[in-house]
Amino acid sequence: MNRVVVTGLGCITPIGNSVDAFREAMFAGRSGIAPFDPGSLPGVLLPEHGIRFKTTAKVKDFQPTQNPAQHLTSGFLLTSELGAQFGIVAARQAIAHSGVLQHYDPAAIAIVSGCSCGGRAADEDANRNLYLRGARVPPTAIIRTMASSGTSNIAIENGITGPTLNIATACASGTHAVGLAFQMVRSGMAPAAITGGYEAALTYGFLRAWDSMRVVSPTSCRPFAADRDGMTLGEGAAMLILEPLDAALARGARIYAEIVGFGMSADAHHVTQPRAEGAALAMRRALADSATILGAPGPDMLPSVQRVGYINAHGTGTQTNDAVEAAAIHQALGEFAPHIPVGATKSLTGHSIGAAGAIEALATVLALDAASLPYTAGVTAVDPSLHLDILIGEPRPLAADRDLALSNSLAFGGLNAVLVFRQYRA
Amino acid sequence: MDDLQARIIELVAKSKNLPVSDVRMDSTFEELQIDSLDKINLSFEVEEMFSIEIPDDALNSLRTVGDVVRGVETLRAAAPPNSTAS
Repeated sequence: MNRVVVTGLGCITPIGNSVDAFREAMFAGRSGIAPFDPGSLPGVLLPEHGIRFKTTAKVKDFQPTQNPAQHLTSGFLLTSELGAQFGIVAARQAIAHSGVLQHYDPAAIAIVSGCSCGGRAADEDANRNLYLRGARVPPTAIIRTMASSGTSNIAIENGITGPTLNIATACASGTHAVGLAFQMVRSGMAPAAITGGYEAALTYGFLRAWDSMRVVSPTSCRPFAADRDGMTLGEGAAMLILEPLDAALARGARIYAEIVGFGMSADAHHVTQPRAEGAALAMRRALADSATILGAPGPDMLPSVQRVGYINAHGTGTQTNDAVEAAAIHQALGEFAPHIPVGATKSLTGHSIGAAGAIEALATVLALDAASLPYTAGVTAVDPSLHLDILIGEPRPLAADRDLALSNSLAFGGLNAVLVFRQYRA
Repeated sequence: MDDLQARIIELVAKSKNLPVSDVRMDSTFEELQIDSLDKINLSFEVEEMFSIEIPDDALNSLRTVGDVVRGVETLRAAAPPNSTAS
């Protein structure tokens, strides 16, 4: 089996529309969460818009008709909604960054993306106009609404005809996508992969639905804080290029990190009440999977556990998620759990649903590459009942003897996905 | 250029993100890179703009911007007066 490395990165996020901007904001702890104007949402009913929360994490300065780096042709604009457009541009960055198209046959490269909500804006516009005034539905409504619209358009823009698919597993979509792409490259099914996630679903109907679930913070997402009060909704995209280590070395590619494991599980319990056992199982499976590269596990303990130097948690900032995820970390990592630095990217980017896992994979890769662990923004006092080493205040160096990092995604519906990354040392 | 012609040319230009000056009456869909999806979408917008319904066979015969303009003129002329919104 191939060892798999990350050799290209791209992103459009609330904290930056390039990898350099994202990295700088991430280590500075500069959050993209900000107040939003409900009156600006298409279709909103004023004055009583009914949204109780005040903040979202929106992408800024995305201008595909004006900015040459983000340019999209009329064909792409016609057939895609904002989230898919984020994905197309993020993939373009990652591809250019890595040079992957110059070194691999486009007929064999895989594209595996995560997007859960699809083009909700097109759907809501069409349905609102149809139901309220009997308007006709535009012929582009179907193709703009497809969750796989960005995936298809990435293939079209780059002439890639290899295995190409989109995964929709709610908040774990991006992580499932990267994990599946990892398995495809590791097994040799695809010589290289473009993988990640995209989402932009901050529509009026979507925000109202989340408001009704009473899990959105009235202030701002503060994962693992003693005073945490909910999640903040976000949007964005991140894309990674994966290829075999040997091939990357042979062509002199810049290597950011290695992926060494992937684990999945289902809680099989409840659609909105996570169960620690399910998340713990995914973490243990991911660590066990890493044994194919790191060495065989012992009968009761995984040797890789003691090498985990960072956990990029799902960390939504809700009371329930963070408590259950903390319990899962303790179950999976045992005596090592209290000593492993844990951070949550959603404090910076909000929760971008299908893109979240990909953005957090990007954050994890950049952390390992810099040997520096980003802190959880906005948290001043950690919940002591969690018994975890939550990263707050300022970045912290990655411990020299701990070269592994987990990136957790624990979705509504109890679908869990965990990636294990390793710091790459030439 | 009459108003109907100008409005359709503007619609075509906007749909392909082109300057209006690049779109002429004799511009073919092929020249403007209007593919089958663009054509369906453009027809939808023309139908909405002029409150008409373009039959499938008429849609299939459209090749140029001028075909669209003449088709709209024909359909509007055939429609009852109270249905010819502008």
